[in-house]
Amino acid sequence: MIRSRQAIAVLALAGFFIALYLWLHSIGVIGQLKCGTGGCEIVQASAYARLGGVPVAFFGVAGYAALFLVSVVGQSPRFAERRGPGRLLFGLASGGLLFTLYLTSLEAFVIHAWCRWCLGSALVILLIWIAAVAGLARSR
Amino acid sequence: MNRFYMVLGAVVVAGGAFLWYSSSQRGGPAADQGPVPVVTAADSAFKGYTLGPDSAPVKIVEYVDYECPICAEFGALQFPVIKDHLINTGKVQWRQRDFPLSIHAHSRLAALATQCAGDQGKYWEMVDQLFDNHSWALQSRDPTGTFHGFAQSLGLDLAKYDACVSANTYAGRIQASYAEGEARGVNGTPTLFINGVEYTGSNRTSDGIQAVVDDLLKKPKTK
Repeated sequence: MIRSRQAIAVLALAGFFIALYLWLHSIGVIGQLKCGTGGCEIVQASAYARLGGVPVAFFGVAGYAALFLVSVVGQSPRFAERRGPGRLLFGLASGGLLFTLYLTSLEAFVIHAWCRWCLGSALVILLIWIAAVAGLARSR
Repeated sequence: MNRFYMVLGAVVVAGGAFLWYSSSQRGGPAADQGPVPVVTAADSAFKGYTLGPDSAPVKIVEYVDYECPICAEFGALQFPVIKDHLINTGKVQWRQRDFPLSIHAHSRLAALATQCAGDQGKYWEMVDQLFDNHSWALQSRDPTGTFHGFAQSLGLDLAKYDACVSANTYAGRIQASYAEGEARGVNGTPTLFINGVEYTGSNRTSDGIQAVVDDLLKKPKTK
């Protein structure tokens, strides 16, 4: 259980920095994204890069921060043997994965461009979800 | 446990260093573009350059960012067909509005180049230059010289053009256009409004636009 929470903490921290990079770009702190193909700029300039006026990357920053905090707190002696943090991590990871699937489908079928950083984040959240499922399975 | 925190520390150091490096590579749009320009009544009164007759039954407004790759692709590949089939045939009047996104460092400068060229009657020609030679947007260096080259190739009075750009003459006009877009809910580019309604269709090719226009032309006018 602890191992899966440790893995989630490390992955969530990596995802946090990816989302932070995209968010800082969306608010103008960072110039052109290091992307290679230019697909990142296409995705980031599209109308789908914002949700309700808020840059989509901000939801990633908040989501990964929540996953990181829960996974770290979930390792403390008070919560290490409890299933609550594991369930919460599974819920957060599932929500993040579904949201990522939606965004990735937009890239594939609507925007027709791939942002490598977004794909990196998609891989991270998939791994987090797998770790969360493994953590839940072990706690049974 | 110690190993776990060492790994976390390594991720923090690597991520922090990358973010610091990225932000120091280029000052970012806010730094490059200076404070928000003052908008005068004349700036707000200007409603953008148009192509096509005022009598055209369909009016399309495009909010555009010249550094945006989708705008460039649309401008270079789709717009010429739209121009031939819809604008030149009198079906559509096309109005171009500036919407320089904050994520792009040189969008406002590019918009300024088009407005300054517009002063000399070459607005659309400068737009074509910016989109047809879009490699300037992929480089981090200041494109002022590149735009000057475009102005030269268009045969503009370069002294007038340079003075216009140096004085940031149309900063207020560009800001007014941006504010107008924001007020209409624009949050990405290119955003099209067809007869006042935002086009949200996924087919943003000339065929897609033509289909919408044809549908509108088929509908009986309601008073």
